[in-house]
Amino acid sequence: MTTRKTDVLIVGAGPAGLSSAIALKRRGVARVTVVDREPEAGGMPRLCHHTGFGVWDFHRLYTGPTYARRYTQLAKALGVEIRTETTIVGWENAHTLAYTSPEGTGALHADAILLATGVRERPRAARLVPGYRPRGIFTTGSLQRFVDEHHLPVGQRAVIVGAEGVSLSTFLTLQKAGVHVAAFLTDLPHHQMYFPYAPGKWWFVDLLHRTPIRTNVRISRILGLKRVEGVEITHTGTGQREIIPCDTVVFTGDWIPEHEVARKGNLVMDTGTRGPQVDAAFRTSEAGVFAAGNLLRGAETAATSAQEGRFAAQSIAAYLQGQPWPERRIPVVLEPPLLWALPNSLAPSDAHQPGKMDFRVGQFVENATVEVRQGRRVLHTQRFRRLLPNETMHLSGGWVAKINASGGAITLRLSD
Amino acid sequence: MPTTYDIAIIGAGAVGTAIARELSRYQLDIALLEAKADVGMGTTKANTAIWHTGFDAKPGTLEARLLRRSYALLEDYVEQAGIPTERLGGLLVAWTKEQYHTLPSLLERAHTNGVTDVRIISAEEVYALEPNLNRGAWGGLFVPGESLICPFTLPIAYATEALLNGATLKLNFPVQNVRQENGLHVLTGPGGQTVRARYLVNAAGLYSDEIDHMLGHHDFTVTPRRGELIVYDKFARRLINHVILPVPTPVTKGVLISPTVYGNVLLGPTAEDLDDKTNTATSAIGLQSLLEKGRAILPDLLNEEVTATYAGLRAATEHKDYQIRLHAAQRYVCVGGIRSTGVSASLGIAEYVAGLLAKAGLPLRPKGEFKTHRMPNIGEARPRPHQQDDRIAQNPDYGRVVCHCEKVTAGEILDAIHSPIPARTLDALRRRTRAMQGRCQGFNCQAAIVDILARETGQNPEVLLALDRGHMPKPLTLTATDHHAEEGQS
Ligand SMILES: Cc1cc2nc3c(=O)[nH]c(=O)nc-3n(C[C@H](O)[C@H](O)[C@H](O)COP(=O)(O)OP(=O)(O)OC[C@H]3O[C@@H](n4cnc5c(N)ncnc54)[C@H](O)[C@@H]3O)c2cc1C
Ligand SMILES: Cc1cc2nc3c(=O)[nH]c(=O)nc-3n(C[C@H](O)[C@H](O)[C@H](O)COP(=O)(O)OP(=O)(O)OC[C@H]3O[C@@H](n4cnc5c(N)ncnc54)[C@H](O)[C@@H]3O)c2cc1C
Repeated sequence: MTTRKTDVLIVGAGPAGLSSAIALKRRGVARVTVVDREPEAGGMPRLCHHTGFGVWDFHRLYTGPTYARRYTQLAKALGVEIRTETTIVGWENAHTLAYTSPEGTGALHADAILLATGVRERPRAARLVPGYRPRGIFTTGSLQRFVDEHHLPVGQRAVIVGAEGVSLSTFLTLQKAGVHVAAFLTDLPHHQMYFPYAPGKWWFVDLLHRTPIRTNVRISRILGLKRVEGVEITHTGTGQREIIPCDTVVFTGDWIPEHEVARKGNLVMDTGTRGPQVDAAFRTSEAGVFAAGNLLRGAETAATSAQEGRFAAQSIAAYLQGQPWPERRIPVVLEPPLLWALPNSLAPSDAHQPGKMDFRVGQFVENATVEVRQGRRVLHTQRFRRLLPNETMHLSGGWVAKINASGGAITLRLSD
Repeated sequence: MPTTYDIAIIGAGAVGTAIARELSRYQLDIALLEAKADVGMGTTKANTAIWHTGFDAKPGTLEARLLRRSYALLEDYVEQAGIPTERLGGLLVAWTKEQYHTLPSLLERAHTNGVTDVRIISAEEVYALEPNLNRGAWGGLFVPGESLICPFTLPIAYATEALLNGATLKLNFPVQNVRQENGLHVLTGPGGQTVRARYLVNAAGLYSDEIDHMLGHHDFTVTPRRGELIVYDKFARRLINHVILPVPTPVTKGVLISPTVYGNVLLGPTAEDLDDKTNTATSAIGLQSLLEKGRAILPDLLNEEVTATYAGLRAATEHKDYQIRLHAAQRYVCVGGIRSTGVSASLGIAEYVAGLLAKAGLPLRPKGEFKTHRMPNIGEARPRPHQQDDRIAQNPDYGRVVCHCEKVTAGEILDAIHSPIPARTLDALRRRTRAMQGRCQGFNCQAAIVDILARETGQNPEVLLALDRGHMPKPLTLTATDHHAEEGQS
């Protein structure tokens, strides 16, 4: 096994990894290497054959594949080394990652490492949905690969589990594949699909309006021995059951960070996001190792991930120039129904960079007040007319300056 | 291919394939008949994958004896054939005072069964071996021999060796009827196809009682006993070092927590009698009960992600022992009721059944040469292709990862499709390579794999995806001289 050296090694050539590589090059870092296990760079947008990309970062409306290509071309033009079909399999030491590729195995050593490995969706099994294991069970991601990447047949009649933004994208993909959608299912009391702006596509919007959206139900069983024959749904309030015949089920949303590399490196993980714990400068628990993008907390828009990549590049550059690694962090602790916050730890030095703090809740809450405390000291309260699940909310960050750098954990909770 | 076989074996699970392999040492024409599209698709693919010592078997039973014999035979075989195993040892934990007091009798039983290295250990020793176990253990029984084995590779290895030594395998060949004609067993399969054989072995697992009825016997009835299991993410593997066994009850070996040779952790099985021999569905109640048991034994386990859930059916009968019977006049051996230890006992059963057949007059004349076969490694204990520079240098496809979660390469997938018993379904590929078995459950790679499989085998993707409703799989006859399957011929 050969070991090569580079200045910054980035794992994952999605929007976060590529935008960070570009920013690092622009800041004059000599050797930036991005590796990705897929045959092509670009990350998840490569598979999203619809528009909705690029408005924030390129001021244009692109499809996913075009957006992915733009980032890839830009990175290449700036001299970023991109290695595809290269899978990171583990750590040789704190700054050296081992890989396998068609050219053989090897290791890459870098002064700084950025993990930007994205997310995956929780498949059926991880959601503990009982029943048989027939063909015809998908997630959004696998469906996109079936339809847009490999042009494979899907089915005739589908049930979509989830009723949020990404479920809508699934609806679109199913339409394209000629699959009728029997229903959307959500265990929440309201759906969260904001019907799209689709000029000249009234037929589509109309179709969507005529598709049943079943709220307050959960999928309780999958029927069919060889191929899906239906799903059993259970009303969360009454316990009443019903069977919806279908030959296809698509599980949407419910993201989990693709954290294999991070966990193999024994980075401290956050129990809320299930991604590596980071501070406001995208620094993980390991000196010289950074993380950005969906790996941090599940799926956001590509622009959000790309922006994080650029911010991470700032801190990486500062680290390369000798900025010391924080010696301690103050953990951020949440009380339910708050699910996670990002950053999920704060370094005392972060007290000087008030940004914002992202967070999510697990249910709808009307007229909520979020309270930030350190010990008994209330640092900040902020009112929200409505907190929505499946959507990221933002706390303004001026309070970070009030943190006691040698104090205990920061607590986020809803106050009554 | 002969028109009349010396012997036909119904069922290509661990038991039937082991018998076929054992008999292929001799100058015999053997037909192995399997209802499903691949070998090892019945109970053999859905169990807890423990290579049992038999320490807790009922002394004096055939099961106890054959497990012991099989253990010794497997020790050589797994090395020769490259079957993934891990010799971790089992730790039976007593969680109550009552359980603690049964340990001496379990120890005595182990000794009676010839498993002499078992010993009782204190609570301190339990926690020294397994620091992550929940508090409250009274003590335990350490069983050094209890090990892990790959139940996917094993029947394929047996069947491949049988084929290499001249046996014929017929897949998609459910035996629907057995009759006697001119001193021969005539087995009728799909579309009226028949197979004639002088001797017959019934290794039909859950359906062994029904085949037995066709031969006029009513010695036992199979009641499927469902066992549901949860497979945890590979990150759970660091939580345990041994097979964590409960104190068994007369009804079941109980819920255990065990690593797998693929680096995951299993929690299960449940035990529930059903009346439907096809009901391999998981249930909300079953999964819930497993979560509770898992939390009580190894609390940290529940913080890890679930990779898969599945259920297997034990071929339980009203009897406490294997139902292996020779009907010498009929030249027929029934191998039924191989309830919860058949993977481990397979080689012992095979040797025993060969002996019974010899008693009934089947001539066992050894062949000049017995061909062996080494299986591709899908276990974590030995290097996998993506870790081997020499293999990647020979063929870059061994460095081309297709299934990222399990690190399965294009090279391994192509090998499996073109192996002596070729993978022709997604499930067959899954069991040969681990592809699609990982934490994303094929959500990243399934489309790519369907593509490769359809291309390499010339099958329609609709068939692979079970979208073609009317599709009836055609019988497929495989022999070693002819890797390329002949469809629809008998
Ligand atoms: C169905 C769907 C529709 C979407 N629609 C939109 C939209 O309309 N507009 C929008 O802005 N966003 C959309 N998004 C979100 C957008 O795709 C993501 O936010 C964005 O791709 C995240 O970027 P990332 O760089 O963090 O991760 P990713 O794009 O997921 O990239 C991570 C990369 O890391 C690689 N990787 C992982 N592990 C390893 C390893 N061990 N070794 C090597 N490489 C590895 C992966 O192969 C992958 O290429 C959509 C997402 C989905 C699923
Ligand atoms: C939950 C669970 C956990 C277990 N754990 C373990 C363990 O840890 N260790 C262990 O050693 N054992 C274990 N076992 C037991 C073990 O799995 C079985 O004893 C073993 O697989 C039985 O093998 P078999 O060949 O008899 O049956 P099967 O694997 O069921 O094979 C029978 C074959 O016959 C075929 N067949 C049936 N009828 C016909 C017909 N009419 N024509 C043609 N073919 C037919 C079927 O398709 C099937 O392939 C467990 C079992 C269960 C259910």
